[in-house]
Amino acid sequence: MIQIEEVTKRYGDTTVVNGVTLTVAPHTVTVIVGTSGSGKTTLLRMINRLVEPTAGIVKIDGEDNRSIPGYELRRRIGYAIQGHGLFPHRTVAQNIATVPTLLGWEKDRTEAKVEELLKLFQLDPADFGPRYPHELSGGQQQRVGVARALAAEPNVLLMDEPFGALDPIIRSKAQEDLTAIQKHFGTTIILVTHDMEEAFHLADKIAVMDKGEVVQYATPAEMLVKPATPFVETLVGASERPFRLLGIETVGEAVEPGSAEGRPVPEVLSQRDALSELLWSGRSALPVAAANGEILGRVTLQAIVKRAARPR
Amino acid sequence: MMFTLPNLFRLAVLVVLLAFLLQPAWFEAMLTPLVQENAPAIYNQGSLFWLTVLHLRTVFIATFAATVVAVSLAIIVTRKAGAEFLPLSRSLVNIGQTFPPVAVLALAVPIYGFGEKPTLIALFLYGLLPIFENALTGLTTLPPTVVEAARGAGMTGSQRLIRIELPLALPVILTGVRLSVVISLATATIGSTVAAKTLGEVIIAGLQSNNLAFVLQGGLIVAALAVLIHDALQGLERTLAGRVHV
Repeated sequence: MIQIEEVTKRYGDTTVVNGVTLTVAPHTVTVIVGTSGSGKTTLLRMINRLVEPTAGIVKIDGEDNRSIPGYELRRRIGYAIQGHGLFPHRTVAQNIATVPTLLGWEKDRTEAKVEELLKLFQLDPADFGPRYPHELSGGQQQRVGVARALAAEPNVLLMDEPFGALDPIIRSKAQEDLTAIQKHFGTTIILVTHDMEEAFHLADKIAVMDKGEVVQYATPAEMLVKPATPFVETLVGASERPFRLLGIETVGEAVEPGSAEGRPVPEVLSQRDALSELLWSGRSALPVAAANGEILGRVTLQAIVKRAARPR
Repeated sequence: MMFTLPNLFRLAVLVVLLAFLLQPAWFEAMLTPLVQENAPAIYNQGSLFWLTVLHLRTVFIATFAATVVAVSLAIIVTRKAGAEFLPLSRSLVNIGQTFPPVAVLALAVPIYGFGEKPTLIALFLYGLLPIFENALTGLTTLPPTVVEAARGAGMTGSQRLIRIELPLALPVILTGVRLSVVISLATATIGSTVAAKTLGEVIIAGLQSNNLAFVLQGGLIVAALAVLIHDALQGLERTLAGRVHV
């Protein structure tokens, strides 16, 4: 658990972060969104003390993060940034081994961990381990950057626009990978982005920052239904709201008894994608299948349209 | 890669240089037309080979000392604690560069006497600037995300310096060393005006006895050394730059 209590950061007369209080539950993904200059990156960097707060306390699992030296704290917290920041003079394997080496892990343990992570990120250890970062594609570099952040098995992973430099197709793949990895390790992730789509896609909870303050901290659904301020409403995108709402829920939640023609859609598909499929194929209902192929029922256009309406 | 035309040319220069230093008599016929009757065509007041070794030794010691001092200074002023010394260090090394080596010799001789010491001081001061400026550039133009990542991974200040900053800045630092070495190779010749054992001795002897062959062979040896050392260091820089991929 991460508790941010009344944290303020001032540079001279400018207040960048102003009295922010946030509690992040363990094993969840929290996304901090906001326009540039809203203080979101500064807030993130105060968690691992790359920036020292002017006032306030950050507690990690109940312990003040100033109780140990900054560099030791940072070895315990994963940190991945935009543009990956891989060390250009070190191989992929050496890059991933950075924190384990700093912590003085035994060679065998480090090597095993590097191999495990490379496999997890779908990179062949024998092929990619000895390569240099410049020999990788943008998407591969980004994956190695995240693997490096996870190498010492941190409970907490901080990510500063980690997918900002990727093209849309690779980005959505990277987001899927991140979700899978978060489930695999149960890591608590705090991610900063200015991309609302990304926020809704990844977040268990979203914190919206504006002018150094958190204006709303809520689940994606809540944020859509009850935006706290006009700023949040604008950020969410008024015309996007029904689609975002459908994007959060899966077809499984909207399934009803009955049958329909055509190829079934998986129950984990988002309702938004189901709507898209319904509209494109000109049908009014689709069969829904479980992962094992069993038909669970159907999802109708009518039901989805109803679900897209503002909840009362 | 090894046998490209420029490399073959460099090899040829090296072979001719070594032959000239070890068996100067072979080249006597070529140089005789340049001298007046009965004057020697090959320097005869000492071994050319030993003068070259001593010349290189002087340059090496001076450059080594300048590298250690300039790089240390650049490291100090690029740390947070030493940032305020940046303008001061800049002025100091600039003075070192603008003060003519001849003037340094003139000032150092009364204190240290004739011989190698005044030359070493002059070359050391003269060589500081290129190394310092390059080290400064190398250490301040590192990719910001890389430095940020090193900090975020939990490296201490000295770990960042040794594991990340210096290896990445090394090719640029080496460029400074190369400039300094080439300048020093030429400048070292004036050390012979205060009795330092360098190739300047050959040139000065030629000037004093109006012997064009002496002047020419002293100058050519220095030039050949400068070209060969320059290219060797440049090759090393390229290899290193290839390794750090920046």
